[in-house]
Amino acid sequence: MATAAKIGIGSAINRVDGVEKVTGTARYAAEHPVENLLYGYIVEAAIAKGRIVSIDEEAARAVPGVVEVITHLNRPHVAWTDHSYQDELKIPGSPFRPLYDDRIQFSQQPIALVMAETFEAARYAASLVEVAYEAEAHNTDFEVAVGEKYVPKKKRSGYMAPKDRGDAAQAFADAPLKVSGDYRLPPEHHNPMEMFGSTVEWHDDGSITVHDKTQGSQVVQGYLASVFGFSKKKVRVLNPYVGGAFGSGLRPQHQVFLAVLAAKMLERSVRVTMTRNQMFSHAYRPQAIQSIALGAETTGKLTAIRNEATTSTSRYEDNMENVVTWGLMNYDCPNADAEYTVAQVDTATSADMRAPGAATGMTLFEIAIDEMAYEAKVDPLEFRLINYSPIDAMNGTPYTSKALREAFQEGAEAFGWSKRSAEARSMRDGKELVGWGCATGMWDAQFSKTSASAKLTANGHLEVACATSDIGTGSYTVMTLVAADTLGLPPEQITAKLGDSDLPTAPVEGGSWGAASSGAAVQLACQAVGKKLLKAAGKIAGAPLGEATIDDVLFEDGCIVLKDAPTVRVPFGDAMRAADLTQIEEEETAAPGFGDMWKGMHKSKNTHSAIFAEVKVDEELGVIRVTRIVDAVAAGRIINPKTARSQILGGVVMGMGMALHEETFPDHRLGRWMNHNFGEYHVPVHADIHDIQVIFVDEPDPEVTPLGVKGLGEIGIVGTAAAIANAIYHATGKRVRSLPITIDKILD
Amino acid sequence: MNRFDYARPASVAEAVQAGAGEQVRFLAGGTNLIDLMKENVDRPTTVIDINRLPLNAIEELDGGGLRLGALVPNAETAWDARVEQRYPLLSSAILAGASPQLRNAATNGGNLNQRTRCYYFYDVATPCNKREPGSGCGAIGGVNRIHAILGASDQCIATHPSDMCVALAVLDATVQVTGPEGDRAIPIADYHRLPGDEPWRDNTLKPGELVTGIDLPAEDFTQTYTYLKLRDRLSYAFALVSIAVAMRVEDGTIAEARVALGGVAHKPWRSTEAEKLLKGQHPSPQAFGTFADALLAGAVGQGENDFKIPLARKGIVRALKQAAEATPQSQTDKRVA
Ligand SMILES: Cc1cc2nc3c(=O)[nH]c(=O)nc-3n(C[C@H](O)[C@H](O)[C@H](O)COP(=O)(O)OP(=O)(O)OC[C@H]3O[C@@H](n4cnc5c(N)ncnc54)[C@H](O)[C@@H]3O)c2cc1C
Ligand code: SF4
Repeated sequence: MATAAKIGIGSAINRVDGVEKVTGTARYAAEHPVENLLYGYIVEAAIAKGRIVSIDEEAARAVPGVVEVITHLNRPHVAWTDHSYQDELKIPGSPFRPLYDDRIQFSQQPIALVMAETFEAARYAASLVEVAYEAEAHNTDFEVAVGEKYVPKKKRSGYMAPKDRGDAAQAFADAPLKVSGDYRLPPEHHNPMEMFGSTVEWHDDGSITVHDKTQGSQVVQGYLASVFGFSKKKVRVLNPYVGGAFGSGLRPQHQVFLAVLAAKMLERSVRVTMTRNQMFSHAYRPQAIQSIALGAETTGKLTAIRNEATTSTSRYEDNMENVVTWGLMNYDCPNADAEYTVAQVDTATSADMRAPGAATGMTLFEIAIDEMAYEAKVDPLEFRLINYSPIDAMNGTPYTSKALREAFQEGAEAFGWSKRSAEARSMRDGKELVGWGCATGMWDAQFSKTSASAKLTANGHLEVACATSDIGTGSYTVMTLVAADTLGLPPEQITAKLGDSDLPTAPVEGGSWGAASSGAAVQLACQAVGKKLLKAAGKIAGAPLGEATIDDVLFEDGCIVLKDAPTVRVPFGDAMRAADLTQIEEEETAAPGFGDMWKGMHKSKNTHSAIFAEVKVDEELGVIRVTRIVDAVAAGRIINPKTARSQILGGVVMGMGMALHEETFPDHRLGRWMNHNFGEYHVPVHADIHDIQVIFVDEPDPEVTPLGVKGLGEIGIVGTAAAIANAIYHATGKRVRSLPITIDKILD
Repeated sequence: MNRFDYARPASVAEAVQAGAGEQVRFLAGGTNLIDLMKENVDRPTTVIDINRLPLNAIEELDGGGLRLGALVPNAETAWDARVEQRYPLLSSAILAGASPQLRNAATNGGNLNQRTRCYYFYDVATPCNKREPGSGCGAIGGVNRIHAILGASDQCIATHPSDMCVALAVLDATVQVTGPEGDRAIPIADYHRLPGDEPWRDNTLKPGELVTGIDLPAEDFTQTYTYLKLRDRLSYAFALVSIAVAMRVEDGTIAEARVALGGVAHKPWRSTEAEKLLKGQHPSPQAFGTFADALLAGAVGQGENDFKIPLARKGIVRALKQAAEATPQSQTDKRVA
């Protein structure tokens, strides 16, 4: 029997929420219409460190429409233990508590919240709040802070300590070829399109519904419950649409705290949103200095890797990243050592930002690798193959899969790498120098315990649900495709629900584990529904499926089909009616270790990529154009090639920003970020983007996660900036070791 | 945003009348003024919306020039056939600025009167003499990558951020204004001013004066011109340094060359003295370099912006070459011509 081409895992379909998003019917956190809403505007600290001596609210309160000015002096009771403020990331230290006391810990810290009947009145009144401070000496200069770098005693979740091997110091001393240097990354702010905002609906029974911009509704629910003493039943958090976050929404941000504080105090529904300016008041990618020393034989074989890095954190928490491990894992080299430290500055705590640690540590390492290749007079791609490690060279464990070699081959071919001339400054196009560079990208293939439900109704409609988030990554579409694949239904008959703390438990969406984890949970739930269907079919008169077990059937076009006799088909509706069922609902949990995953238990799990970049640089003026990128990605199974490509495109563009644009400028005298707006904080614009080709390399891997999926949210950014920096060297002969590579660093 | 009175007069006379008084601002496209009000940088007590004034036409002037109405949007000006044909330099400069959306909203009068993009000026938590006279200049010794290298004072090192005005400086435009004391015509060179010890004054407009139009004299710089803008990304960023050039080349020698720089000073930077060095010269890197050194005489960096001096020098040489060879910089192809 002819059937329509099945849509499922591997089908390139449009985002199922695409129409809502582009037509504006998708409502974001600060867009929910609520009656009788009050608006909050955040007053921020003008100094970086010290105490609030006094707050004069008189003028602010006199503004028509102003209802309340909330400060540490009049706020309602909130929890007082650090533990109550801790979130899923478990960053050691004492989490920031908005409006807790008179302490100022960083510039732009929220110190008051003005509540008014309109946003405009709140904003204007906020400008009239007069604050007197007692300032203390501060330091925001990371270059100074590294003088007091240290290894935090307590480690945050997900931290992997580097493991040394051989004797790297001796091997480096003995190496015939050496490269060593300090590489730098400036602070970067996440700046997702949607600004942080929360709409809190206050209900008469003292419960709240919170529309929040977050990467995890249940994390925010837990946080609000423990901080404000709500029972979890009284807090529902919704985030069905999130306009990007890049990691800034992994932890509850202060606007949600402030909004709930105000709602509780005033017993009213409230909304608090940040302005773009205020988006610089919290999370940022830590500033980094990485000292890399490499030793090699004249053949290009690495003999020593020394990799040391320090990243910035606040005075009150030790934010840590995996910065130095990547190079040690990826390269075959008998001697390697590494050290990772943090240094404190008087800013808000730095935070995870797309591929935290790897985007910093692997990128900078890949610039050093390029330098070593030139030192050895070996083609940079060849150099990487000479030192290729099929196993995780740091932990000595095999990978569940590593198709990086294939990625290099396919990427190089698509790029035309073989036509590259070796010397720097040897290729040109008119007034422009042309440079080709490459780099390796690496990220974790993670999996996180996740639950999902599936509900099939007799009319053939399937709803799958999970409390995960879709921060633009395509989770709705992934869930839909997995469900379509498992139960053989067309996507139009499936609704995916997410972004609601009432739904089956899911972790924050981050770390690129979302698709693998929620996908697996949805598959399990749908399989459970499938079993129930089969059982129900047994009630059909004449038992057309006979004694068939779940292994004997497949689900196709809304029917249960006998594998051995495909003409025997039982429509779902017939089975359900026979068993007198109006719906079948199942909930399942996917936890690490089930399916074939146990075989991968003691293996390393990573995604890899090979990035090739072409730049053209005006020889006299140093104007840089990135004219071509090829990114060949080995990330296991690809659920939706279309949204997968979009993820990589976004990561590559962000990598271009890292290479050429992104940098937040602090004024160290004021201890304050100065370019806190989109006019002066630069990310790439259309004119900066040219040809980007994405290749997915075949990488079957049943051990990594139940679906063989590795995740794609982050790999696109890792190494991209290195490929560009390396291309700039090839074009100009100038090695820039601090990102971003702005025109002043290229100019003679 | 503070509370303010709002008026929307229909005639220039009414606007001028309404414009008398302290803290009055004319609202045109609002792309700058509204931002400043939201950030609490500008706190007008009266806002006069001038969008209904009949200043939205481009008209022929006797003698072959053009008058650009103050309310004509930047985009409409750039794409006007007469401007494109007779003043391609101006079209090019406008199109080098901002984004299509902004250029649609921004007006010619607003562009002329836009405020600096100095980070400190926009952040009321920091000192700034331009915003808060006497509070100090945050940018001196601070974050000053985008600041002035020429004509700055120890009170203020801000730049005027406009692209359009750099072209106007080269085209010897005249700003038409009207006010409580009647009409005035201000040569563009005298319109913007250096900060000196009154950094809060961007230009020589008197309180209550309204810009009605910009006059462009008849010129013939339709082939040998260029607008070269060097910035931190390939579009939608203010100039680190920009160079407008209009040139006449006769029999292989430079009969006239005019050059103005943007992004380097509190006003478009031009020196007719230095331009004399080019007159009668054969276009050559040496001649261009000598001129660049003269135009940049007295340039000083503030630390983070030191690079602007060599960048400007190279940019000037390149822009003169582009103009002399009649290969003006394209604003769509970002490759430097
Ligand atoms: C993100 C961003 C990027 C930008 N990039 C660039 C760029 O690259 N290059 C560039 O040149 N510009 C750039 N601009 C600035 C833009 O060109 C100006 O904001 C615009 O030209 C101002 O015009 P407007 O009509 O909106 O002025 P308004 O905002 O309405 O007014 C600006 C000022 O001029 C005064 N004013 C307006 N009209 C008159 C008049 N007729 N008489 C007297 N006073 C008047 C107002 O009172 C106010 O003080 C950018 C702006 C933004 C926001
Ligand atoms: S440069 Fe001028 S505008 Fe900037 S802070 Fe100094 S005084 Fe203010």
